[in-house]
Amino acid sequence: MLEIRDLHAAVEGHEILRGIDLSVAAGEVHAIMGPNGSGKSTLAQVLAGRETFEVTRGEILFEGESLLDRSPEERAQLGIFLAFQYPVEIPGVQNLYFLRTAVNALRKARGEEELDPASFMRLVREKAKLVDLDEKLLKRAVNDGFSGGEKKRNEILQMAVLEPKLCILDETDSGLDIDALRTVARGVNALRSPERAMIVVTHYQRLLDYIEPDRVHVLSDGRIVRSGGKDLALELEKSGYGWIEGRAAGAGS
Amino acid sequence: MSDSDTRHVEQLASQEYKYGFVSDIDQELFSPGLDENTVRAISAKKGEPEWMLEWRLRAFRHWLTMEEPHWPKADYPPIDYQQIVYFAAPKSASERPKSLDEVDPELLAIYNKLGIPLQEQEVLAGVAVDAVLDSVSVATTFREKLSELGIIFCSMSEAIREHPELVRKYLGSVVPYTDNFFATLNSAVFSDGSFVYVPKGVRCPMELSTYFRINAANTGQFERTLIVADEGAYVSYLEGCTAPMRDENQLHAAVVELVALDEATIKYSTVQNWYPGDEQGRGGIYNFVTKRGKAHRKAKISWTQVETGSAITWKYPSCVLLGDESVGEFYSVALTSKRQQADTGTKMIHVGRNTRSTIISKGISALEGQNTYRGLVKVAPGAENARNFSQCDSMLIGDRCGAHTFPYIDVANPTAIVEHEATTSKIGEDQIFYCQQRGIPVEDAVSMIVSGFCKEVFQELPMEFAVEAQKLLGISLENSVG
Repeated sequence: MLEIRDLHAAVEGHEILRGIDLSVAAGEVHAIMGPNGSGKSTLAQVLAGRETFEVTRGEILFEGESLLDRSPEERAQLGIFLAFQYPVEIPGVQNLYFLRTAVNALRKARGEEELDPASFMRLVREKAKLVDLDEKLLKRAVNDGFSGGEKKRNEILQMAVLEPKLCILDETDSGLDIDALRTVARGVNALRSPERAMIVVTHYQRLLDYIEPDRVHVLSDGRIVRSGGKDLALELEKSGYGWIEGRAAGAGS
Repeated sequence: MSDSDTRHVEQLASQEYKYGFVSDIDQELFSPGLDENTVRAISAKKGEPEWMLEWRLRAFRHWLTMEEPHWPKADYPPIDYQQIVYFAAPKSASERPKSLDEVDPELLAIYNKLGIPLQEQEVLAGVAVDAVLDSVSVATTFREKLSELGIIFCSMSEAIREHPELVRKYLGSVVPYTDNFFATLNSAVFSDGSFVYVPKGVRCPMELSTYFRINAANTGQFERTLIVADEGAYVSYLEGCTAPMRDENQLHAAVVELVALDEATIKYSTVQNWYPGDEQGRGGIYNFVTKRGKAHRKAKISWTQVETGSAITWKYPSCVLLGDESVGEFYSVALTSKRQQADTGTKMIHVGRNTRSTIISKGISALEGQNTYRGLVKVAPGAENARNFSQCDSMLIGDRCGAHTFPYIDVANPTAIVEHEATTSKIGEDQIFYCQQRGIPVEDAVSMIVSGFCKEVFQELPMEFAVEAQKLLGISLENSVG
């Protein structure tokens, strides 16, 4: 589904990704781990098309087509979803209205009719249960005054409603207590399917106790330095990132 | 916002003003210029009584002693008052149509282009429309229904002829003819406008609406509106307008007076979308308006405005809270883009005891737009327990625009409580990216974020107007976000 080849990306001339190669097939869950500053979040944002980062070399193919010339909304319309590390607040815009605008934008791009309000509400109510999101939050402004846990659950709700092909979760576990983490993980697991791929970016192994990955990649200084099965995450949990940082001395920031 | 976003959005700015068309209605035009004879001619043309002419002439003579003010934060070339045409009316005006069938089809076509077909409005929206094309009212609807309740809703010209006792009593009672340079000019040469009177205890059952439209090149429009709500009455009035594209600047110096007698409520809503000028700042309307209301005991005056048009907007819809326990409100969205300049806000003058006022102002600046909030909260010595809350928020889109806030607070009574909050924010690149990542295109994202920013004001608008206001904001932003 996703094919990343020799990807280099920079911000303001400073190179952050230095040659990433990664292939993710439908139905797979890949974890991207690594110390702070290794480029994990940058990779997530570059895949989503954030223009702050300039792709200087390499290629990203999604279902065989290059993403590099596509705008963020076009990528979303192709089925790429990014669950944000820091979900953005949009004061005055109702959460439900935002979600319905998004649903209908995606449907329009696919040449489908707009979802009527009743069907939309049914869909949202059903998915809100999945992440245990209080319906009151649907009527509030997008993420405005939400707690950290509520914001993350709201991200997963959006993901569930928009039904993307590729889900990228950027440090979805950060700032969550163990109960919230379980709830979020339950929501994510419910979305696992043979047609859908997931990239889970995380600093800690604990999320992977709940969302079991097929593959684990360790990112350091803008490169994948090790890949393996889920045991690799456990190994990291024991030994920390010190061995990597030692190896790539002076890297990261 | 990143450079490429800015470029993308600025491309959208090349889209032209949607309502920029010119209609061919035969115009009766005065020749340009202003002296006593012009004033007499306007008055004669309208068949006015002697007292009205005298009032105009007093205003004109006073105007000659005044100097044009230049204190707002706006730059524009000098106005030559001798180059302005002071009266233009569609020919059909001398013989007023008795029904829509008799209205000039060309005129109806203009309203259709504007998306406000009168017939449909009558049926669908239940809105009585006193439509002003240039200077003379051409169609008035629902009047019979209103007159059953004793409500008068007609053009100012007609009110002067038919209801002289009301006009003489209230005209100039809130904005005297000596008030300020532009109001005085208006008093001398006002062309037409709307008159509303709601009798004691009557709640006007529908929104009263006037669509203003400036249609003749070089014709300054001098609207005069007077709304009187007698004791315990309620009325909601909507003013909205668009104008065709012209190269010359057009001066618009309107006066609106509201009188809310004891326990009356007047809600006055404006959506203003006059031609803002092109990207070089050529053309566009100068909108120099005096709007003021007087609230008697337990009366309430509420101004809501959405200002997206005009090259220069200079106006401060104000409330004189004369009576005890009277209430004043001001809700405003002002959007400036391209080279637009807006210096707008309100004045809340607390005179009575236990008077309350609320000011919510949302300024949005894009491209090279300059947006100034200027407001005065004045508490007179006798205004025991006056309360004011002001909130002025500015949003900047791009880095070439400006937002300025000048709150003046003048409190002469120690029991007053006056609160002022102000924020300035840039529309966030992260907000736009978040929307895009959910599949929402940039221009829709910006429109949505800005609408959210303005929500507190939009929710004060009557339903049908709120929809129109959001659309206008969307159109203006498509044109100008950068």
